[in-house]
Amino acid sequence: MAFFFQLVSLSSTSPSIYIPFKYTNIITHSSFPPTQTSSSSFNLFQPSLNLFIKFQNLQEIMLSAKVTCNSHGQDSSYFLGWEEYEKNPYDEVKNPDGIIQMGLAENQLSFDLLESWLESNPQPAAFKKHNDQSIFKELALFQDYHGLPAFKNALVKFMSEIRGNTVSFDPNNLVLTAGATSANETLMFCLADPGDAFLIPTPYYPGFDRDLKWRTGAEIVPIHCSSLNGFRITKSALEEAYKQAEKQNLKVKGVLVTNPSNPLGTSLSLHELDLLVNFITSKNIHLISDEIYSGTVFSSPSFISIMEVLKTRNLMNTEIAKRVHIVYSLSKDLGLPGFRIGAIYSNDELVVSAATKMSSFGLISSQTQYLLSEILSDKKFTQTYLSENRRRLKERHDMLVKGLQKSGGIRCLESNAGLFCWVDMRHLLSSKTFEGEMELWKKIVYEVGLNISPGSSCHCSEPGWFRVCFANMAEETLVLAMQRVTSFVDSMVVKKNNQSRHQQLLLNNRNSRRTKSLPKWVFELSFNQREVAADER
Amino acid sequence: MAIEIVQPSVELSKIALSETHGEDSPYFAGWKAYDENPYHELHNPSGVIQMGLAENQVSFDLLEEYLESNLESSNWGQKVSGFRENALFQDYHGLVSFRKAMASFMEEVRGGKAKFNPERIVLTAGATAANELLTFILANPGDALLVPTPYYPGFDRDLRWRTGVQIVPIHCESSNNFQITPEALEAAYDHARSMNIKVKGVLITNPSNPLGATIQRKVLEEILDFVTRKNIHLVSDEIYSGSAFYADEFVSIAEVLESRNYKDSERCHIVYSLSKDLGLPGFRVGTVYSYNDQVVTTARRMSSFTLISSQTQFLLASMLSDKEFTRKYIKINRERLKKRYEMIINGLKKAGIECLKGNAGLFCWMNLSPYLEEPTIESELAIWKTIMHEVRLNISPGSSCHCSEPGWFRVCFANMSEETLEVALSRIHEFITTRKQ
Repeated sequence: MAFFFQLVSLSSTSPSIYIPFKYTNIITHSSFPPTQTSSSSFNLFQPSLNLFIKFQNLQEIMLSAKVTCNSHGQDSSYFLGWEEYEKNPYDEVKNPDGIIQMGLAENQLSFDLLESWLESNPQPAAFKKHNDQSIFKELALFQDYHGLPAFKNALVKFMSEIRGNTVSFDPNNLVLTAGATSANETLMFCLADPGDAFLIPTPYYPGFDRDLKWRTGAEIVPIHCSSLNGFRITKSALEEAYKQAEKQNLKVKGVLVTNPSNPLGTSLSLHELDLLVNFITSKNIHLISDEIYSGTVFSSPSFISIMEVLKTRNLMNTEIAKRVHIVYSLSKDLGLPGFRIGAIYSNDELVVSAATKMSSFGLISSQTQYLLSEILSDKKFTQTYLSENRRRLKERHDMLVKGLQKSGGIRCLESNAGLFCWVDMRHLLSSKTFEGEMELWKKIVYEVGLNISPGSSCHCSEPGWFRVCFANMAEETLVLAMQRVTSFVDSMVVKKNNQSRHQQLLLNNRNSRRTKSLPKWVFELSFNQREVAADER
Repeated sequence: MAIEIVQPSVELSKIALSETHGEDSPYFAGWKAYDENPYHELHNPSGVIQMGLAENQVSFDLLEEYLESNLESSNWGQKVSGFRENALFQDYHGLVSFRKAMASFMEEVRGGKAKFNPERIVLTAGATAANELLTFILANPGDALLVPTPYYPGFDRDLRWRTGVQIVPIHCESSNNFQITPEALEAAYDHARSMNIKVKGVLITNPSNPLGATIQRKVLEEILDFVTRKNIHLVSDEIYSGSAFYADEFVSIAEVLESRNYKDSERCHIVYSLSKDLGLPGFRVGTVYSYNDQVVTTARRMSSFTLISSQTQFLLASMLSDKEFTRKYIKINRERLKKRYEMIINGLKKAGIECLKGNAGLFCWMNLSPYLEEPTIESELAIWKTIMHEVRLNISPGSSCHCSEPGWFRVCFANMSEETLEVALSRIHEFITTRKQ
């Protein structure tokens, strides 16, 4: 309950500040270096003085603290970029100079496969069984929170298939939820009391700040990962995060990882998975593995699920296995975010039982469960889909990586999964600070016309990294985006040259006999110079 | 004495371990009895007849007829881009066409006596989610909502479990047909205050579950005056609004607000759903309609945790905006429910059982207090068990609805065929006749 006590003490000691609600957005828009500690319930871009908005007017009826706090995270830059895009969206024909959306991790590459399946199998969408009998009434009445058995059976088999059938899942341990958003929140409600903390490796999906903390009152403590080793999770980082939590008097209930990672696009190595298992064993805590991108692994190393590790280490029927929970969804692999299909998988029957009851607050439409049960039961289709989808993702990924390299020697973190690349633009920063990152990001949004996600919105500890999505647009649009990057980088080189030339002139004036203008290539070199990233693969 | 080495097990959260999900109440126990021995006309004619499930099964034919003649709503209009656009759509503002359709449908249900602005509609996966979401927004953990008894047993979970909010009952009595009185409102409020609990609002269900009766306009005015005086919120769960047998007997809080020129309306919020009126509980279609901008904004953001499948939104958008269809549906649905109601009331009367005079909903509020050994909950549960095991009917005991007087039962009539209802009535008749001897 720490969060609420904090609010109460604020209101009694500091002057109540009445701020009309419509202005709170302006306050949070102010550019401010993000704080490193994510233990505060407020997002990065809020001034460190927690403004407690209190309605003093007798006519105003008090709303809960959840309304006035900012844990919904809606004011972070992650969402502001979207706003800019909404105002000026790119359209090949109608608005060719508009902003290209590269901040949305959607998978639009394989719809044709689903569409042709629907064309060849029109019955499920029309509420018909294979014998053309109507199933409408049955489905319309079906609200059992245990879920449609046919769907759960098909879903666990699909999850198994994605993992190369190295592990199998029991449908009785699966809980259906309206999307992974709902699944993650529900797990938090089951595993953490208000004020408890979960450790999460940075950089992480900005939505977690809302999903895990807002209504649950739980806290997030970051496990800092560094570019020096490719942002891999290390034992010392885990220990450090745990210590930080203890310092803040937070009870750590578990670790949450996204595997494959958003925003890194890399799958966790066996070493990292082993570290995690060892860590949760020694600290006696939970592990949530959000495997929402498991079907997007397009190149080696192949995906290793946490379940596989437990199996290999003979931990399947132990207490430890009971503390490992998986979250899944069809929003990324199948590109169906609108259908709200998520799931929790747990080996702990208490968690399954509690989560099942909680799923009442976010059940999947039976209409959708039925359609997907038919699609996923078609083994021929799922096999073809998974391999073709992977192939197309790899193609796009390679296009983006090569494109950025060519455009301006911009490098991406080496990745094998996901719908995005983790792009290194540190060399383009005017200053190696988060302010510099914001400055660069604004330039990219407004001048280059690309909405990409700044690393700070993902709580990255180093400025200069950006998540760039590649699967949510047509190929031509990606090509155009690369062209724009090229022009941008070229212009930045010119600017830098001009800047340097200007500085040089100043120097010349001071030291006219000795200095000569340095040739352009010198600046290009220093401009493109990279820190050698020590890869621990 | 050996020293025990206690291996600490990682506890789940307090919420996960609490019993506030309420699933151990008799309301749910009856369901289990049914599940184990369900009635079937042919295969199990002596099985338990389910009369504890408030489902509306009387008008499916109308829905199926519509879908057959409007296939585009199920197959995305056969447009190439239709499917993918819909599959990608996860905007928590909801499909505009669907939001407009919901607003339009809610107006139709109220016979055009109130207007609804689609911009104030927030979509949630069912009324279950809508009620919990509103509670999160209106109250902090430890605060209370006042709820008139008897009330829907699910509220104990929906309003309290994860929110940490409490329910303080507004006691209603049979002497005035369980209507909410200003005295009862004040008493509940004072009782909460005496326990140092902050009251954040009143939550009513209109038409009422389990009473099966609409709240009179005069009472709505009194409730609105009360919440205004106390400066608290009013949530009106109007999930059964389309199930009032006579259109003009249902008065929505929206009408009362309109007549007051929306003065003080920012404290009012309406919950609606298609689960009862349209009989589509499986599709998870609920909504929060709030006259408070801040609540709308926050509710919208919170709805991320409970969005309606875009596939379902698309399906229902065209159906609900088809005024010809909705008018026909609403009218016929009312008539059929009324017929069912009259059937059950007359059947029970023949057996000498009285019910509360009802005019809405999918159930009647049956009075078995004359048949109790003693006017206690224990006696009520005893007769309930007898009815479950001997008469083989699953009905809901008033105590599970927090009724302050023992002996009342909610009996559903719309979730079965007419023939099954006849069987149930004859069983009751036999039971009472035997008991009298």
